[in-house]
Amino acid sequence: MASNEEILSGLAEIVNEETGLAPESVEMDKSFTDDLDIDSISMMTIVVNAEEKFGVRIPDEEVKNLKTVGDAVNFISGAQA
Amino acid sequence: MPRKVVITGLGATTPIGGDVPTMWANSLKGVSGARTIEADWVQKYELPVTFAAQIATPAAEVLSRVEAKRMDPSTQFAVVASREAWRDSGIEEVDKDRLAVAFATGIGGVWTLLDAWDVLREKGPRRVLPMTVPMLMPNGPAAAVSLDLGARAGAHTPVSACASGTEALHQGLELIRSGKADVVVCGGAEAAIHPMPIAAFAAMQALSRRNDEPELASRPYDTNRDGFVMGEGAGALVIEAEEHALARGARIYAELGGTSVTADAYHITAPDPEGLGATRALKAALFDARAQAEDVVHVNAHATSTPVGDKPEYTALKAALGSHVEQVAVSATKSQTGHLLGASGAVEAVMTVLAIYDRKVPVTINLDNQDPEIPLDVVTSPRELPQGDIVALSNSFGFGGHNAVIVLRSV
Repeated sequence: MASNEEILSGLAEIVNEETGLAPESVEMDKSFTDDLDIDSISMMTIVVNAEEKFGVRIPDEEVKNLKTVGDAVNFISGAQA
Repeated sequence: MPRKVVITGLGATTPIGGDVPTMWANSLKGVSGARTIEADWVQKYELPVTFAAQIATPAAEVLSRVEAKRMDPSTQFAVVASREAWRDSGIEEVDKDRLAVAFATGIGGVWTLLDAWDVLREKGPRRVLPMTVPMLMPNGPAAAVSLDLGARAGAHTPVSACASGTEALHQGLELIRSGKADVVVCGGAEAAIHPMPIAAFAAMQALSRRNDEPELASRPYDTNRDGFVMGEGAGALVIEAEEHALARGARIYAELGGTSVTADAYHITAPDPEGLGATRALKAALFDARAQAEDVVHVNAHATSTPVGDKPEYTALKAALGSHVEQVAVSATKSQTGHLLGASGAVEAVMTVLAIYDRKVPVTINLDNQDPEIPLDVVTSPRELPQGDIVALSNSFGFGGHNAVIVLRSV
């Protein structure tokens, strides 16, 4: 079980690896598309890498609901519980 | 008269240099880009061929990490070479609706395709990357160059095995002559030094087995040639309508006078032993350029170093140029670079353009005993080309019976 801070920092690493964005720019209230300029292909790569890293399953139909970094952190946290 | 087309920008990333100045200096000196492959897969799969001519400067040193991650190596090479060519052209402003791309590959994203297959089998479909399709598609290099430069007048991908790179120049010339574009970034890219293509080319007995002496393995025209050496990389050329180049005061390297593409319709891999398809391509390209055989001073030959391939090209040159063939300085640059497959024509076009511009000819290495059946004037030590109006040819032939020839002229 990872804390929300741990999930956020792990997710920031994944986003950095995929997009080159600085990890500290990946904050809870940031929108993946509007703030971080992440396209759907990068988003799917991030999702799959997050699944492996956190040992969860994020269904495809759930991905569209993950609008902000916080949405993703909360979903992963809930899925781990 | 069709629109005149000139060459104003050159780029390359090759086994003998990660940019044009380095490659060109090395090609005039005569160096080999072939080395033993250090990767563990050579031993793992017990490959019968353990060497290749790998890229001199890894693309990862030129591109950003995120850029490289989303591109197959073939596309990485294309972007590296085309950026150099674009910078070299000095073009600052261009109508992007009149800027096209013709970027070839022989094989496409074979690393991406086979890596994805491994991932699927080992980890399942969920782990296959969403970027897999755009990375493996053979139009990936052309599309990436179009995206990088904002070229909107079409992004084309000629695919004709080892003739692909030369066919890209043929397409580019047609695009400008027909009025569909004013500027075209032409080129070819290949990144197939992977165990599967090595095994496959070795299976057809096409590759040299000189594992103990990689630098000596690519030896076109030599009696002891035993196959080609796999190479990788990309070449890129900015070609431009002459009036467009003159209007912006561009440096003009040479004129792309004419091109031709023919098909042997003889055998899927073996060249026509009489070189008939190649002869037709040579004659048609000279006609297209309104050039005479006697104008030709230099040929960058296809000459891959296979026992069966080198001779029909000589037969074709003799048929197309007549007795003048004895007066022509021939370079077999694959002796240095290895065979870059779909990129070879583009890289050799860059060298041929520079031969005209600098009046210097790349040397052919490893020619110890010239095949008596191929009595060409092969350049093995530094040689200058004459002043005045000169014409040079670059030939490429590909599995499938593809023959492509370009005719370059001094300006």
